[in-house]
Amino acid sequence: MYDEERIAELLTALPQAPEAWVLAAARLPATRRAIDQIAALAETDAGFREETLADLEGALERAGIEPSRATLEHLRSRL
Amino acid sequence: MEFHTDMVATSSISDASLVARCRAGDDEAWEELVRRFSRYVLAIAQQAYRLSPADAEDVFQDVFARTYERLGDLRNDDAVRPWIAQLTRRLCIDRIRAGSRELPDPLAAERGADETLEKLDEALSVQDAMHAMTEPCREVLDRFFCRDESYAVIGAELGLPSGTIASRISRCLGKLRDQLEGRRPGPRPS
Repeated sequence: MYDEERIAELLTALPQAPEAWVLAAARLPATRRAIDQIAALAETDAGFREETLADLEGALERAGIEPSRATLEHLRSRL
Repeated sequence: MEFHTDMVATSSISDASLVARCRAGDDEAWEELVRRFSRYVLAIAQQAYRLSPADAEDVFQDVFARTYERLGDLRNDDAVRPWIAQLTRRLCIDRIRAGSRELPDPLAAERGADETLEKLDEALSVQDAMHAMTEPCREVLDRFFCRDESYAVIGAELGLPSGTIASRISRCLGKLRDQLEGRRPGPRPS
């Protein structure tokens, strides 16, 4: 059923994903929690909300989150 | 010796238990789920739908974001693998359409994707079996086949001559074949 050539072919079929992609996905729970906190604060503080909307990248960086298309979109949608 | 973090995706926990832990808010379980399926998701995007690296990265992140958001909707925790595969396929097709790329023959493209996915499912099962092996075998097979490292690079990392690496790869492949053919069942339940 399986010869070594076939096994080698199948192992090669799943190359490693770039570690940065994996880490970004693995950090999703922490990222979402941090964005939830920013959104909660923005709800109660209009000035903070305006500042955050004006500089989404900076807001994420200050929360220790790497800005990316996905994190920026998510933060924008929460505001 | 530095052991790559990807190797942590080797615990014997079943897919269903992992999903249950993720749903309970266990961040470590979530990281393991991401690592367990990361290669599979990427391979579907790149091999079944031939997405560019930039599109593949976007799909990769979208798949895990939606998985995180919708894990509660999964009816059967054991079915997380086909669920992720289906989600990846849908997002790949959306990405192709958003880029104004038309599939020349959508039915033929889907049949091709089905065939590729069948192979990738089998590859994931073989990888699971590899991860259930002892660390020396697991590491040398992963480095050589999945990370495309040469005998020399692996030998330098492990402090072993290249010839020893070559013979270890051959011996470990034999063990993996035995395991896959049921001659020596591996310890991993799933």
